[in-house]
Amino acid sequence: MNNEEIKQFILDHVAEAECMEGSQFLQVTIPAEKILSLASELKANPNTSFDYLFCLTAVDRPDHMEVVYHLKSTTHNHQFVLKAKINTRENPEIETVCHIWRTAELHEREAYDLFGIKFLNHPDLRRLLLTDDWEGWPMRKDYDDPINMIAY
Amino acid sequence: MEEIIHDQELESKEYFINMGPQHPSTHGVLRLVLSLDGEIIRKVEPHLGYIHRSIEKMCEHDSYQQIVHLTDRMDYLSCHINNEAVCLAVEQALELEVPDRVKVIRTIIDELTRLSSHQLWWGVMGMDLGAITSFLYGFRDREMITDIFEETCGARLTMNYNIPGGLFFDIHPNFQKRTKDFIAYFKKKLPEYDTLLSNNVIFKQRMDGIGKLSKEDAISFGVTGPTGRASGFSCDVRKHHPYMAYDRVEFKEILDTKGDCFARYKCRIAEMWESMHIIEQLIDNIPEGDYKVPTKAVIKLPKGEWYQKVETARGEFGVYIISEGQRSPYRLKFRSPGFSNLSALDHMARGCKIADLVAIMSTLDLVIPDIDR
Repeated sequence: MNNEEIKQFILDHVAEAECMEGSQFLQVTIPAEKILSLASELKANPNTSFDYLFCLTAVDRPDHMEVVYHLKSTTHNHQFVLKAKINTRENPEIETVCHIWRTAELHEREAYDLFGIKFLNHPDLRRLLLTDDWEGWPMRKDYDDPINMIAY
Repeated sequence: MEEIIHDQELESKEYFINMGPQHPSTHGVLRLVLSLDGEIIRKVEPHLGYIHRSIEKMCEHDSYQQIVHLTDRMDYLSCHINNEAVCLAVEQALELEVPDRVKVIRTIIDELTRLSSHQLWWGVMGMDLGAITSFLYGFRDREMITDIFEETCGARLTMNYNIPGGLFFDIHPNFQKRTKDFIAYFKKKLPEYDTLLSNNVIFKQRMDGIGKLSKEDAISFGVTGPTGRASGFSCDVRKHHPYMAYDRVEFKEILDTKGDCFARYKCRIAEMWESMHIIEQLIDNIPEGDYKVPTKAVIKLPKGEWYQKVETARGEFGVYIISEGQRSPYRLKFRSPGFSNLSALDHMARGCKIADLVAIMSTLDLVIPDIDR
């Protein structure tokens, strides 16, 4: 499938998706609530069969949070970037995809640990890199750490 | 006596032990909490973060030239390849075409890095399984590559040679001769590795059929590198998305289908031959020209995002840069191969014995700073 077909495929499933041709990959932004249904379809449908999630990460934007999925199909060799937009920074929540791509389990724990995004139905959502009693979400832009200050 | 045995019911209860953080076979500070039933592993739970430095957060305040120097503190055995990934991403964003000379030198350096990493892996893996000789052999041969690197870039660990736009310095006048000497030397030594371990009965029994990973699971867990390829997952970035001079050299992607420890072992040994083959094709054909293109002192990437993947000794290493047009990235994510490979450990080790877990971990070739970042 080329970018145009992937775009059409996603628009058929999620009408409100915003597509953008990046310098490299096709970038598609969808509302966070649609992630589970779209992700299962992308993996299961033989035309898309995106079976390889090679990167999962989160981005802290001024007024919302994003979870970014880099997807590739090992059979069709096409790839694109899926972004799920969570409209709040207060208590961001999104469905887990670790039943679809098992690598997501650790990656989602990392995103929870550093960004405070809660992945619903995740089997074991705990802090991963930081200690259990750590306060705050260090990778957020407004995180203030008075002890380990970095001076510029 | 018989009565006593019958009277007391022999109970087996699940219990937990800590493997690490200071366990010799975890190669660093990895802590695994094992649920055991006797000696059978029921669950492996990695506890990470002992050397977490939040490199990604530091990158958000550093210039792109500085970021390059943080990446070799992650996977220190693939340092040149990690550096190159950031350089490639920056060059791609700036639409900078590096000279041919740089491409070829970078490819040779990459393959030397892969060789030295695999040599170290071979040495410590033998030691994990109780053979101290391999450790000495591995380090003895690795020393020659480390010497070449020392002469080239002035360091033996945490080496920096790549910069956005090219290389720090041109190659040393001795570089080509020493590299050729090394290849000639190592071609004689690599068969010795086979004699010592690959055909050793005890070694084989500890590896054959242990820690199996199917192709579907390898893809689902994102297991790449020799580990993924031993399961039949064709994931060599050098083949699928060629960068630098990889599109002009001839080499094979090593694939196996068994997916057990011995398949992973054989994959890495075969990769060493391929690496030498690549270097041989390039070492006499380094084009003349500049070793870098000038860049501005303050590099500002345009607004946008880039993802660059390269093949390190452990698998697919990715750099994801989101730029808002400033001198530092808005967000930078390192997709480290070790992190994804580790996620499959629990799945592979269930039902094995503790001694098998050591073999599985060795063949995963984990580097802990790469996982913790």
